[in-house]
Amino acid sequence: MKELRIHGRGGQGAVTSAEMLALAAIEEGKFALAFPAFGPERRGAPVQAFVRTDDQQVKIRAEVRQPDAVIVLDPGLLAIVDVTSGLKDDGVLIVNTKKPPEAISALYNDKWPVATLDATAIAVATIGVNIVNTTMLGAIVRVTNVVELDSLINPLNNRFGNKADQNFEACRKAYEATICYARSALG
Amino acid sequence: MMTGKRIGMESSLGIAEAVKLANADVVAAYPITPQTHIVERLAELVANGELDAAYIPVESEHSAMSACLGSAATGARTFTATAGQGLELMHEVLYVASSMRLPIVMAVANRALSSPLNVWGDHSDVMAVRDTGWIQMFAENGQQVFDLTLCAFRIAEDPEVLFPVMVHLDGFHLSHVVEPFYLMEQDVVDKFLPRFRFPLALDPDKPLTAGAFFPPGVYGEARRAQDDALRSVRPVISRTWREFEEISGRSYKPVETYRADDARVLLLTMGSFSETAMLAIDQLRERGQQVGLVRIRLWRPFPFTEFRQAVGNAETLVVLDRAISYGGPTGPVCAEVKAALYSEPKRPRIVSYVGGLGGRDILVSEFVEMIEKGTALAESGVEEELLTIGVRV
Repeated sequence: MKELRIHGRGGQGAVTSAEMLALAAIEEGKFALAFPAFGPERRGAPVQAFVRTDDQQVKIRAEVRQPDAVIVLDPGLLAIVDVTSGLKDDGVLIVNTKKPPEAISALYNDKWPVATLDATAIAVATIGVNIVNTTMLGAIVRVTNVVELDSLINPLNNRFGNKADQNFEACRKAYEATICYARSALG
Repeated sequence: MMTGKRIGMESSLGIAEAVKLANADVVAAYPITPQTHIVERLAELVANGELDAAYIPVESEHSAMSACLGSAATGARTFTATAGQGLELMHEVLYVASSMRLPIVMAVANRALSSPLNVWGDHSDVMAVRDTGWIQMFAENGQQVFDLTLCAFRIAEDPEVLFPVMVHLDGFHLSHVVEPFYLMEQDVVDKFLPRFRFPLALDPDKPLTAGAFFPPGVYGEARRAQDDALRSVRPVISRTWREFEEISGRSYKPVETYRADDARVLLLTMGSFSETAMLAIDQLRERGQQVGLVRIRLWRPFPFTEFRQAVGNAETLVVLDRAISYGGPTGPVCAEVKAALYSEPKRPRIVSYVGGLGGRDILVSEFVEMIEKGTALAESGVEEELLTIGVRV
C-alpha cells in the first residue's frame, strides 16, 4: 500500500489532486481511497487530503499519519505546518517552490529525498491560473510512480471537460520539470 | 461475478447512482448543511434529465420528511437523505412514516450532534432515532452503500414489509471518500426492482383515511401490531439480500463475522470502522490469538437469532459504540447486546467501549488495545465499567 498526504490551502484543490490520483489508480484496476481531512472548508486555511492505493482492497479509513510521500502545493505552508510529520524514513517530500530541492532538504536536515518544481509558473503558463493541484500531479507521478501519467487523462477529462487538455499538459510539463535531490528517489 | 462497470466515485455519489438506477419518482430534501453530495448530485441528475423525478427542495428536514410522507402515500418511489442535526429535526415525522407503513428510503450520513458544534461522523444521530420504527441497516464501504440503497427500495416496497428504510453510512469516513464501485446495468436493476405498486396508495376515486386518531382503547393494539409487523420482516430482508447476491455476487447478512469461527474473544462494530477493525484482528491472529470480529449490519429489526448464534461460543465480547447514552448503562449498542444475551444460558463476558466520537479516528493499534485491555478486564471480572478509546482523561 502507498499512502500519500497532500498539503494545500482551502481553495487550492488539494482534495481534487487526491481524487484524481485515486481515480487514476482505480482506472488501472487497483484499489484506492481518497479523502480530505474532514471538516468545514475555509478558503486559504491549511488543509490536507489523503490517498491510499493498493493491489488489494484498502480497509483502513483513518487519516494518513505515516505517509510514503508528502506533497506541498503552497511553499508558504512549510513555515506554518509540520508537513513532514510522520513521514516514513524512506519517504519523500515533493514541494511546489522556485527553490532548488537542496534548499528545501536542508530545512529538514537532509532526512528525506526532496523533489521540487515551480508548479505555479507551469500552471500560469499552461492553464492561465495559479492553481497547481493538477500540475503537481505530474510531479507526484514522476517521484512516486503511484499511477501511470496517462491514467490521469480520463479522470481529468471527466472533471475538467474542455479545460482537461490544458490541465494534462501542465501535468506532463511538471513530470518533466521535477528535480529531485537524492536522485535515487526518482523512478 | 461482478456485473456492471467498475468506476471510482465518492460514496455519496454512489448513492445518487443507486437512486437513479432505482428510478425514484420523488426526491424531497433540504439541501443545506448538514447535507451531503447525495442530494446535490440527485438535483443535477433531475435537472439534466437523467432521472425522471420530481425534486422538491424544501425549507427544512422536518418538511423534507413531511413531503416524503405525502409522496410515498400516493405510491411514488420516494427518497431523501440527511445527516446529524437534520435527522433530529425530522424526528417526529419519522414515526409517522413507519406507523403509516410508507416505504420511504433515506440515506443517513451519520454525524455527531451539538453542542459543542461538531459536523463530523459518529452514531449519536442514529441512536436518537433507534425507536422510530424504521428498518435500519449499516454500510461499511462505498460498494455496500450502493448495494444496500438498491436493496432498501426492494425491501421497503415488499408487500410483506411496507416500512421505511434508513441506510446508514458513516459521515465523512464513508460519505466523503472516493473509492471503487461496481455499478449495475439498468436492465438488471429493473428486474430486481420492478415498478412499485403500493396497495394502500391514496386515490381520489377511492378515498381512505390513514394515521388519523386512535384513542386509548385502540392505540396499544396499533402499536403492538406495528411492532409485530416490523419483527416479521427479517426473513424478507434476508431473502432480498440473497436475491441481490444472485445478480451481484455480493452477499449481505443481518450479522456478519470476520475470522470468528473459533474465536474466544470477539470485537463488535457497526459501520465503516469495521474494516479497520479487521486489520487489528489480522494482527492479533498473526500473534496466535483466537480473536474475531462481529458486525451488526441490520440494526432494526434487531437480528436476535443470528446475533446469538454469532457470539454464543465466545468467552469475551468487546463492544464498540460510537455514541454515548448519557447516564445510561453502557454505550447504546452494548446495552442492546447485553439485553439480547441476558436470557441465554451461555453468554460471553461483555466489555463496553465508546470511541470514534465526533469524527475521531480509531487506529488499528487502538482496536488492538481495546481487544487486549477489554479481554484482561473481562477476565478479571470487571464488566460494568464504561471505557473510552482514544479519549484523553
